[in-house]
Amino acid sequence: MAMPKHARDGWLLSIPALILLAFGAAGPLLIVFIYAFLEPGDFSGVVWNFTTEAWFRVFFERDIFDGTVSMADAHLTIFWRSVKLSLLTTLITFLIGFPMAWFIATQPPNRRPAWLFLITIPFWTNLLIRTFAILEVLRNQGLLNSFLLWLGVIDQPLQILYTDNAVLIGMAYVYLPLMVLPLFAAIDRFDFRLIEASYDLYASRWQVLRRIILPITRPGIVAGSILVFVPSLGAYVTPRILGGGKNMMVGNFIELQFGQGRNWPLGAALSMLLLVIVLVALLAYVRVTSGSERRDA
Amino acid sequence: MKILLTGTALTMALAGLAQAEGSLNIYNWGNYTNPELIEKFEEEYDVDVTITDFDSNTTALSKIEAGGHGFDIVVPTHSYVQIYVGKDLLMKPGIPEMENYGNISEVWKNVDWDPGREYTVPWQWGTTGVAVNKTAYDGDINTSAIWLDTPEELKGKVNVVPEMQDIMNLSVMYMGGEPCTNDKELLRQVRDKLVEAKSDWMSMDYGMTEKMSNGDVMASVNWNGSTFRARLNNPDVAYGYPKEGYIVWMDNVAVLKDAQNVENAKLFVNFIMDPENAALISSFARYANGIDGSEEYMPDEMKSAPEIVVPEELKAAGKFTSSCPKEVQDLYTAIWTDLQK
Amino acid sequence: MRDRKFSITRMPGFATVAIAAFVLLYVPIVTMVIYSFNASDSVALWGGFSLRWYAIAWENEFVQQATIRSLVIAVSAALIASVLATLAALGTTRRPSFKGQTLIYVMINQPLMVPEIVTAVALLIFFAGIKVATGYTGLLYLIIAHAAFCVPFAYLPIRARLEGMDLTLERAAADLYATPFQTFRRVTLPLLAPGIAAGAMLSFVISLDDVIITEFVKSAGQDTLPTYMLGQLRRAVTPEVNAISTALLVLTVLLLTAFFLLTRKRD
Repeated sequence: MAMPKHARDGWLLSIPALILLAFGAAGPLLIVFIYAFLEPGDFSGVVWNFTTEAWFRVFFERDIFDGTVSMADAHLTIFWRSVKLSLLTTLITFLIGFPMAWFIATQPPNRRPAWLFLITIPFWTNLLIRTFAILEVLRNQGLLNSFLLWLGVIDQPLQILYTDNAVLIGMAYVYLPLMVLPLFAAIDRFDFRLIEASYDLYASRWQVLRRIILPITRPGIVAGSILVFVPSLGAYVTPRILGGGKNMMVGNFIELQFGQGRNWPLGAALSMLLLVIVLVALLAYVRVTSGSERRDA
Repeated sequence: MKILLTGTALTMALAGLAQAEGSLNIYNWGNYTNPELIEKFEEEYDVDVTITDFDSNTTALSKIEAGGHGFDIVVPTHSYVQIYVGKDLLMKPGIPEMENYGNISEVWKNVDWDPGREYTVPWQWGTTGVAVNKTAYDGDINTSAIWLDTPEELKGKVNVVPEMQDIMNLSVMYMGGEPCTNDKELLRQVRDKLVEAKSDWMSMDYGMTEKMSNGDVMASVNWNGSTFRARLNNPDVAYGYPKEGYIVWMDNVAVLKDAQNVENAKLFVNFIMDPENAALISSFARYANGIDGSEEYMPDEMKSAPEIVVPEELKAAGKFTSSCPKEVQDLYTAIWTDLQK
Repeated sequence: MRDRKFSITRMPGFATVAIAAFVLLYVPIVTMVIYSFNASDSVALWGGFSLRWYAIAWENEFVQQATIRSLVIAVSAALIASVLATLAALGTTRRPSFKGQTLIYVMINQPLMVPEIVTAVALLIFFAGIKVATGYTGLLYLIIAHAAFCVPFAYLPIRARLEGMDLTLERAAADLYATPFQTFRRVTLPLLAPGIAAGAMLSFVISLDDVIITEFVKSAGQDTLPTYMLGQLRRAVTPEVNAISTALLVLTVLLLTAFFLLTRKRD
């Protein structure tokens, strides 16, 4: 088969990564896909009988008491909460991360690495420990409440821990560098003469930001958003420790099916659904970025 | 001098490696194995022991079932022993013939999940009841009403440990049923009760040793040993045995069928049935162990601890729950999902 | 231009937000450091200043080995992932679109799309088969698993960097008869370096954080710091992990500072 040179090179360069991923990600995913069409085993695992029951259970529930079939309202609630919290996390990390990335990129070049390291250093400490430290800050007798009480802003502790807000704070904290680093990479190669030119043409700061900076750094924004949004959607540790477990997110719900719920096929089917949601988001990403490439050319 | 010291240390380390008779891989719950116990075993038998942690019965079972794990010994909860046996994952190491077999308390010898102790020996046992901070509530604490009909003083300050099986069974018993019931009418009531009760809960989380100690949580469904540890930090914490029914459980040591170091595993199984060694297990994690004569070697505070010594009048309310049948399991999961949505 | 009063790079409020964010980033870390000097048995109860947990961590071989194992895995995974991701990024950006490009793209980002627990269960089954067949149960499985889910984290920043990179310099190099390899080494790679560094750092951090996949893939005696903590989660987390992390943090900061001082001198 004749393949144009650029395509052949493209494949050749990508193949090492693809091989690794075939072993570490795609191959295993195939197993999950197959499991979604099997019967659950007695205590764990699966029985090799084809069925679409798991898929039925994803969307509908049979009332456990009278057998009537209705939409799976619990699943809907859980998925919606996850999407909502993940979008909010992405927005928060962007609003904080963009100024941070800008700030770093506009520092003298020899100081930039130091600032970058300052962002990553907290993250060289493991996630669980960091999450426990956040819990320590947010709890009723914790740092934040003590501080607010001392300031006199509140007269009794706020219940932040074990709420969606705690999960949001935790996720924003955890995923912030995933937003800042791609943003920095994009802003860093930004040609600041463009801004100079716009100011010469009497553009306001807001116009410069909206018309010049944001469009040009868009690949970085989109990369950062994807890197934050997607892992948030499947987050497990943060909701479990800071959310107090009263309200599940998809990650916890899927874990339940593979663990205490002992229904691997349902867990597999739910994962596939999550995958579809993410795929849609990613395809939108490809659209957006390849669009910008065409314009650049 | 320094170089000399390092050299000696290195030689000793190498010699140590060469000398060890063999190794033993134990797969146990995290923070549950007394390092002193392991050191003692290593010295006595010249075996290199490696401990690997798991965080739940389901993870442990999945890994063992998948194979290729390299473990010799696993420590499942009683409700999982029959699952392991059913899947043919355990071997019969000849426990009744072992030297220390006689030390197992009579009550723990013929147990439902392992009649005649062919596969397992006791590690520790405990109960799942309620922990209450007495400064927040001074009423009767021997009841699941603490979290199912939460008293006014405790509203919004109660935690429920997210152990589906235990919570479902505790609720079923509170509503007057038997664990693993398939009575749908009763289960409907259980669901309604749980959903209603949830609005009074603060969280569904683990880690109650700390949170009961520092007063973040005023009451919680909890294990006795964890409550014990919390009380040592904070004397206001008390443990209640729900009279409607509470859970009794036992973690058991078993040798895996695909174990590489069978002989060392057997040595270990026999080793922990020695009262002095069993006492080491208990003094670390603060649960009783089911070995006669071990009390003697335990720290004083354990002998009379209200978390360990079950009051006579509440003994009958304790229930061993086995693993529920599939159809009950499905109902439990459905209710649990409804509860956590 | 920089000394002009009106700085073109200044955006009102940006510096304030950035500095505030930097400070907030360190609040939990400082909390952790403080609690590592806690005398009490619990991570959540202050019992006075003490070095007790450092002593305990110093003697606990289990924790030390777990820490070293975490670092070994993270460094290997980050290296593998950033090299492979750089190649793939070069292969999939800045060239006319070709057949299968989207497929490659989706494949590379696939580990991102699946919640960890799913990859974990799948890898457990997949690797268990290989472990039984080959008899090899070493650390390589964990490294492969980690490297695989690190690839997208390395790929995306590198791609973001590549996408807007100026082609002029490379064309100039080619015009001056540089071989493609020379062009790559002397021109592309230096320009790409910040992206690769960002990708490698992200990978390292992501690998260090992973708990669920490791929990399912690990064989006997392969606990990492996170799985060690996960095992404690249901019972009680002891402050020795705070001590270990503080020690690691100090070590990191010292190494980085030394690195900066050395490189600055050379400039």
